[in-house]
Amino acid sequence: MKIHIDEAKCVGGGQCVVAAPEVFDQRDEDGVAFLLMENPGSELHASVQEAALLCPAVAIAVAER
Amino acid sequence: MAHTTAPPAFPMERDARCPFDPPSALLDLQQSAPITRVRIWNGSEPWLVTRHEDIRAVLSHPAISSDTDNPDFPHQSAAIQARRKRAKSFFTSDGPVEHDEPRRVLARDFTAKRMQALREHIQTITDKLLDDMLAGPKPVDLVEAFALPVPSLMICELLGVPYSAQDSFHSLTKAFVDRASTPEDTVAATDQLLELLSGLLDKKVTEPADDLLSRLAQEQLKPGIRSLDELAKMALLLLTAGHETSANMIALGTAALLTHPDQLEKVRSTDDPALIASTVEELLRYLTVVHSGLRRVAGEDIQIGGRLIRKGEGIICPIDTANWDASAFETDATLPADDLDVTRPARHHLAFGFGVHQCLGQQLARVELQVVFSTLFRRIPTLALAEPLGDIHFKHDMSIYGAHSLLVTW
Repeated sequence: MKIHIDEAKCVGGGQCVVAAPEVFDQRDEDGVAFLLMENPGSELHASVQEAALLCPAVAIAVAER
Repeated sequence: MAHTTAPPAFPMERDARCPFDPPSALLDLQQSAPITRVRIWNGSEPWLVTRHEDIRAVLSHPAISSDTDNPDFPHQSAAIQARRKRAKSFFTSDGPVEHDEPRRVLARDFTAKRMQALREHIQTITDKLLDDMLAGPKPVDLVEAFALPVPSLMICELLGVPYSAQDSFHSLTKAFVDRASTPEDTVAATDQLLELLSGLLDKKVTEPADDLLSRLAQEQLKPGIRSLDELAKMALLLLTAGHETSANMIALGTAALLTHPDQLEKVRSTDDPALIASTVEELLRYLTVVHSGLRRVAGEDIQIGGRLIRKGEGIICPIDTANWDASAFETDATLPADDLDVTRPARHHLAFGFGVHQCLGQQLARVELQVVFSTLFRRIPTLALAEPLGDIHFKHDMSIYGAHSLLVTW
């Protein structure tokens, strides 16, 4: 699974952190999301997909590979 | 004979006998005409979009505008239009400079992890308020004793606004949501609140404390990055958004659970944080206190749900109706979208909006509501309404829904 966060789009809503706290966090200085891991295991794929669905700014792209 | 039917008037009324339901006319339109014209107070005829999927598409569309100064913007009323003009902030603006940058100045104070770190403190506030309530006479108005103080105390502490100023804040912000307010009322209330907040920001330039207004004063005002006027408007947004909505969710959520005993039992008997979290999401979905429809205007010609909406046309998105859309929430036939079910997967509700303007304080609201609903019925297992549901004065007359008062006993 390949995850991309479009930082310019992110509005710091924190939805991704709530959906997949193992994978996403927010920067202290402006709340913009960043990845805690590049390649989450399959047990996390469902919550990463939910994070992408819930992102209000549609800033998370997920590609299976 | 060919004839055209005038678009229906918006907003529609709720049925007083079903105080938790969106207006039935809106649910009907969701089925029969999910994207249709309505007529509003000023005679204009914006689009009304009622399906969950279509509202998501509108609110996240790059060409959609939240600019309340746009002459085509479908305001809720003359009073709200006047207030939006006087208190114009990033929240009602578009683009990287006018919206995204100022939002990011505030976003760091409302991140998911910072809000989680407040949980213990919110628990302390909640416990103290319930101690006081239980020590006093009953029945008691839960709104005044509990629902309003929890979020008000929290947002005041976060911002660094003295809680002693609460009474004037409450009466002034009431003018914002009262549908009977005139433009003069809302502008006068805005002026007074901005003056109060400007005074606080000014003071925190020389006397900073550990709070959000002090940070804005030190990092933004002192070096001249943003003006006192702009910062006061940002603070006003946080202050008003931060208590009215959560307070109404607490009171209305309590009324909803007390009238759904099977659901209440699940909440009262659990110590599972996941069930409490899903309870809060379901209450947000089912009750959606922001019930006046989110307003937008098309910045270009756009396609929504197979229909062309032209540049300059207004759009109203009633998120309460979208949150009852069976196609989004009825994952199986035993779980109708018009039922309250605290185990329902409901996190994709639109109660906080969607798109770049989605509620900045939503993670604070979530933690507040999780603490409240995991504590209230555990501390007071016999909590009950002290008046019949039909006697409760619900906020049909306010732009944010809720209950004016909620008499409870135990």
